[in-house]
Amino acid sequence: MRIFRIIPILALLAIATTLNVDAQCKGFAKKVCIPELGAYTHDGNYHAAILVEGEEAELYKTFYSDMEYRVAICGEDKLPGVEFKVLDANKNVLYSNKDSNFAKTWDFKLESSQQLKLIIKVNSLNKEGEQPASGCVAIMFGFKIKK
Amino acid sequence: MVTSLLAGCKSGGTAKPKEDTSISVPQVNTTAVEDIKKAEKIFHALPSPLESAMLIKSAGARFDEALLNPIGNVNSYVTNKSMALNLGIYTCDLSFASLYEQTQLIIDYMNAAKKMADGLGILKAIEQSQIDRLEENINNSEVIMEIVSETFMNSNSYLTDNGQPAIAAMVLVGGWFEGLYISTQLVDLKESKSDKLLGRIIDQKLSVEILLNLLESSKGNPAIDDLIVQVNKLKLVFDKISITSSKITPEYDKKSNTTDLRSEIKTEMTPEVFKELSSLVSEIRKTFVNN
Repeated sequence: MRIFRIIPILALLAIATTLNVDAQCKGFAKKVCIPELGAYTHDGNYHAAILVEGEEAELYKTFYSDMEYRVAICGEDKLPGVEFKVLDANKNVLYSNKDSNFAKTWDFKLESSQQLKLIIKVNSLNKEGEQPASGCVAIMFGFKIKK
Repeated sequence: MVTSLLAGCKSGGTAKPKEDTSISVPQVNTTAVEDIKKAEKIFHALPSPLESAMLIKSAGARFDEALLNPIGNVNSYVTNKSMALNLGIYTCDLSFASLYEQTQLIIDYMNAAKKMADGLGILKAIEQSQIDRLEENINNSEVIMEIVSETFMNSNSYLTDNGQPAIAAMVLVGGWFEGLYISTQLVDLKESKSDKLLGRIIDQKLSVEILLNLLESSKGNPAIDDLIVQVNKLKLVFDKISITSSKITPEYDKKSNTTDLRSEIKTEMTPEVFKELSSLVSEIRKTFVNN
């Protein structure tokens, strides 16, 4: 009978731990990633998740021709590094931070409004016998009216 | 020909002379990304209420208080769905009032948004200290936008991090619809100065698929299922609008450290389609605000 009491408690603890870990991403996004937006106004949206080495995330968003944008993609220090690419609707790569020494931010503007896709990948160190690192990755957007 | 009144050829049509500092970013072959495995996490990002309001302002639209959801409605929202949708709606109205420096409305709409957030049990989304800071900086638009952005992020991060993606999605949907509602109401088809705003409305076609995917990720939730039906109706109207884009060419400007994504886009929307869209948006929005 005792086991039946323990299982729900363990399940609740597991859920609480997960939520607590996720909640830490908000603090990380706020303290570390939003300042990367500099003079751009943060749009107020929140995109963050716990990712493990080698894992990927995708983000779809429409960007408007009236605006100038900065995207900031930040990973916690315990992660080996975060790579990101920006693709158009035909899967052509428009930008890869790999070509810019894995820069955290990218500033861009558009001549016409477009839906773009971002692919974010946590690099993998592939250390045998070691637990892969995991941590928060935040994707934040800032904008300003085009001059 | 009436059709041509709403047909546009935006940007890129005439290539601007390239500056010496511009270089062309090489295109990576499509096949290089074909083998990318399925992503563990997918984000469907709608324009935030602040971005929607900024788009309306940058299109040169006027401010009209009569278009906002009246503050007097706050007490009628008691379900999670109505509070979530109207948190998005009031935040969009708040952003709109902020950008047009409507000082009293800013305070009123911040309080209305707080009431919705509190009703949803979102802890510390909008704190009294933020309202006090807002009052102290009521004439400083930069600080106001910062506070609006911060409070909105507090709400959606709380909902996302606490396993309430359906509520988080409804907040975004409310804000997106409000931006679309205000835009469509401000258009005067007889006025050429409405052209820019019409362009921004046409651009929303690009977000409809994102909106549907966002809702689909919480499918099965009755409130979300109802919204899917409404958005699918809206998609049918947006499907009548044509958008054709040329290939995007990135050009990097070393001086400003900015990439210019150059492309030419052609759009077409007949006045009849605009009227149909405007009427449907108004009808759907009514179901959100009238509860």
